[in-house]
Amino acid sequence: MGYYKQNRDFHEARWDEPFIMEMGNPGERGVLIPRASKEVREISGDVSELVPKGLRRKKAPVLPEVSQMQVLRHYMRLSQETIGTDLNIDIGLGTCTMKYSPKVHEQLVRTEKFQEIHPCQDESTVQGILEIMYKDAEYLKAISGMDKVSLQPAGGSQAIFANVQTIRAYFEDKGEGEQRNEIITTILSHPANPGTAATLGYKVITLYPDENGLPDIEALKTAVSRHTAALMITNPEDTGIYNDRIRQFVDIVHEAGGLCVYDQANLNGVFGLTRARDAGFDMCHYNLHKSFSSPHGCQGPGAGAQCVSEELARYVAAPTVEFDGDKYYLDYQRPDSIGKLRAFYGVPSVLIRAYAYIRSMGADGMKQIAELSILNNNYLIKKLLEIKGLSMPFARGRFRMEQARLSWQELTEETGVTTDDICRRIVDYGFQDYFTSHHPRVLPEPFTPEPVETYSKDDMDEYVAAFAAIAREAYTNPELVKGAPYKAALGARIDEECLTDWSRFATTWRAYRKL
Amino acid sequence: MEKTFVHPYMPNSVPEIKKQMLDELRVKDIREIYESIIPQDLLYKERLNLPEPICSEYELKKHVTGILNKNISTEEYTSFLGAGCYKHQVPAICDEVNTRGEFLTAYCGDTYSDHGKMQAIFEYTSMMGELLDADVVSYTTYDAGQSVCSSFRMAVRIHSAAGRERSVILVPASMNPDIYSQADAYCRNVARLEKVAYVPKTGLMNLEELEKKLKRGDVAAVFYENPSYLGFFEEQAEEIARLTHQYGAICIAQPQVSSLGIIESPMNLGADIVCGDIQPLGMHLQYGGGQAGFIASHQKLEYMEQFPTYMYGIAKTDKEDTYGWGRAMNYRCSHGSREKANEYFGTETGLWGITAGVYLASMGPQGMYELGETIMQNLQYLIIRLNEIDGIKANPFGRSNFQEVLVDFNNSGKTVAEINRVLLERRIFGGKDLSKEFPQMGQCGLYCVSELTTQEEMDALVEALKEVVENGIL
Repeated sequence: MGYYKQNRDFHEARWDEPFIMEMGNPGERGVLIPRASKEVREISGDVSELVPKGLRRKKAPVLPEVSQMQVLRHYMRLSQETIGTDLNIDIGLGTCTMKYSPKVHEQLVRTEKFQEIHPCQDESTVQGILEIMYKDAEYLKAISGMDKVSLQPAGGSQAIFANVQTIRAYFEDKGEGEQRNEIITTILSHPANPGTAATLGYKVITLYPDENGLPDIEALKTAVSRHTAALMITNPEDTGIYNDRIRQFVDIVHEAGGLCVYDQANLNGVFGLTRARDAGFDMCHYNLHKSFSSPHGCQGPGAGAQCVSEELARYVAAPTVEFDGDKYYLDYQRPDSIGKLRAFYGVPSVLIRAYAYIRSMGADGMKQIAELSILNNNYLIKKLLEIKGLSMPFARGRFRMEQARLSWQELTEETGVTTDDICRRIVDYGFQDYFTSHHPRVLPEPFTPEPVETYSKDDMDEYVAAFAAIAREAYTNPELVKGAPYKAALGARIDEECLTDWSRFATTWRAYRKL
Repeated sequence: MEKTFVHPYMPNSVPEIKKQMLDELRVKDIREIYESIIPQDLLYKERLNLPEPICSEYELKKHVTGILNKNISTEEYTSFLGAGCYKHQVPAICDEVNTRGEFLTAYCGDTYSDHGKMQAIFEYTSMMGELLDADVVSYTTYDAGQSVCSSFRMAVRIHSAAGRERSVILVPASMNPDIYSQADAYCRNVARLEKVAYVPKTGLMNLEELEKKLKRGDVAAVFYENPSYLGFFEEQAEEIARLTHQYGAICIAQPQVSSLGIIESPMNLGADIVCGDIQPLGMHLQYGGGQAGFIASHQKLEYMEQFPTYMYGIAKTDKEDTYGWGRAMNYRCSHGSREKANEYFGTETGLWGITAGVYLASMGPQGMYELGETIMQNLQYLIIRLNEIDGIKANPFGRSNFQEVLVDFNNSGKTVAEINRVLLERRIFGGKDLSKEFPQMGQCGLYCVSELTTQEEMDALVEALKEVVENGIL
């Protein structure tokens, strides 16, 4: 009971698989497809007659010719060389909210009643999925306090992009489109905030942390002006420090005539504890593949939710899903909408999972997620900070929300072992590598764990024990850590220059062979 | 009344464990923690207005499945819908691989721990490279629309990096209206989209108008779809590329991936950037959720530098015949350089890239050839049969088509909506109604087939339409 392994003799699967491109033999087939009937073929005629001359493919694509069992085996092996949340204590990928993705949700989305419905079907034949999408939006309104939700964004960054498009549309309508050409963000907010703002041509002003680790409020006061279109900010930022002056931030920007956008990609620490609208924000967004439990899928598909106030409701991405008291329908009659963001209506598989998740939690379960992720985080921090060489910059003694940015600076100075070395070494202990920081690294030798509510105390104790062991190694045998990993799927160190020198860079096997 | 309970997804909801952890932190209640950091006036004092929880998996499944069962799927009715989302055979091993927990629940682990994921993604880009005859293939984007948007902006950046001020993107007037509006909004601050008319009789791009516009010298890129949104081939692909290059612009093309076993890649017809969607390669319809985009180009530095997404580069290791991978040159992406990046970037559709890899590895060159061939034969049969019906004109432009065909109901005296309503009663999803997207065409539908469409299904459609149109049954 309460046992956790401290001497786990782990080794990741290492199959040393060849390229699929080099496997198999001419003539092998992985799958057969239905063919046109004899009569159809006779009536249609020879396909070479049907293809316009200039468009006929001259050389067949050099795709693999491999039988089915061999294709499957290859990919099974590659999957074993990948560490998902299902396999490891995935606390390290902080800000990514690597929570458990319930298996019952996977059963739900696999039904043919969902997998095989076409987005252009008559609305009367897709009432089920529309109902789920509509109710998702209603629930997200309750969670955010906002008045209108669009579920069209295909990911968190696209939802942020939708919010910037909304900022643009709003000020263009007010005749201030040219004038309000600046967006303020913070260096510890997600890079998609400055990224989306710049994509739409906004000048980006970045606030840095003050001595308490919070965005500098004086710098904000200097930054705002008649050019301010919006503030786009995360709270808590990657540091996990709750910005208790957030309402003042919002007020300062509102007084200058700008809008305030809350990046809530990671909602985990605030479910039911605070709401974006109640802090005065005009917009926020959620990543439904993070806080709402959808699996991350090797970087997608995810889904985003754009949530806005009444004043901005007419701008959200169209179509939205509405209900007329009798049936659900897609509303395209939104003339002021920022329009289409993604093909069709977003990523419905993620929306089904989010629906199931909310329904299995209810209001109290949602709040419990926030409470336990905060408890877990502060417990983990307390334990981690007992490790020599690891510290937590800023706001000493203050509790964090659901994640924290720590620093190995002291250990690096004393041993020469860096956070990147430790990040590789942790894989030898049976954990996924960890998230250091977004770029630029504002804090030295960063490490950003996020022990969400689905990890047990025992999980965290094992996790901490592994880092304690690595720190001991760093102080006694630093070369051991620097040479890591030894037990990962890839059993050799790569030549990093292949990834930094354009003349040695290839994204495909054919390009590599030409180098 | 707050009702907390021990939740199977929350091990530390067990009161004794919670207490141990609280003791460690020297606090009595979790509330003490967050109330010490969140100001009172920001704390939400009410209970979220959400339905009470469904506690067991069985009840949850029954509830959600109960809602989803209100849908009617294309396995129950025959579907002739396409328009950017295509029903194909999904090999069982595609589903098997993409539901593996290792892939399904992995995220951004790197070179050593997620070696298999990295290899699977590189194999996907490598196989796409073969299908497209392109040396550079990006990590997957959100969808075709996003890949078109980014391709347009890449073209503008390529010119501007070379000191050329070119900001007009020429697109066919018949292009996918959703993607057009997506791109228009996405590019507005750096480029202007301008439509090139099609020749009314043939549907093909009006090359005289194209050249006239190119002559102005402000055109950054010319874009075409092949096949077009309306299903027919742009047979002048090579000529469009030639003209585009003659006037110093960049040629961008969107092929249909399922056609490339028999149809030449636009890369071999002069295109500089090729983009599109991989949904047909192993993704179920999912109500439009299986879309994922690709961008590809030749191995030219001025192009490669402008890709806005992750690129997975291959790296030698200290062991012979063993390779590793890494996300490379990330300064191009907002993850690497924030507002200085080419464009914004985020979590997109990695799992679908891996799935498309499994699909292409299974299909091989012969499978892709047979896929293209079967689709063309089925479509040709449908066109011939539909044209037996008085009042209906299938393929009014008289072109060669792939997978989809315009069906003109203007002489039937009925609207597409009316016709589709009757078809629905007969368990058929008729082609997409284009009367709103292309009002100038009047009452036209866009009909789609695939290798899965059977002769019986097409015959049943023809019989149903005969009754509706010739006998006036509504």
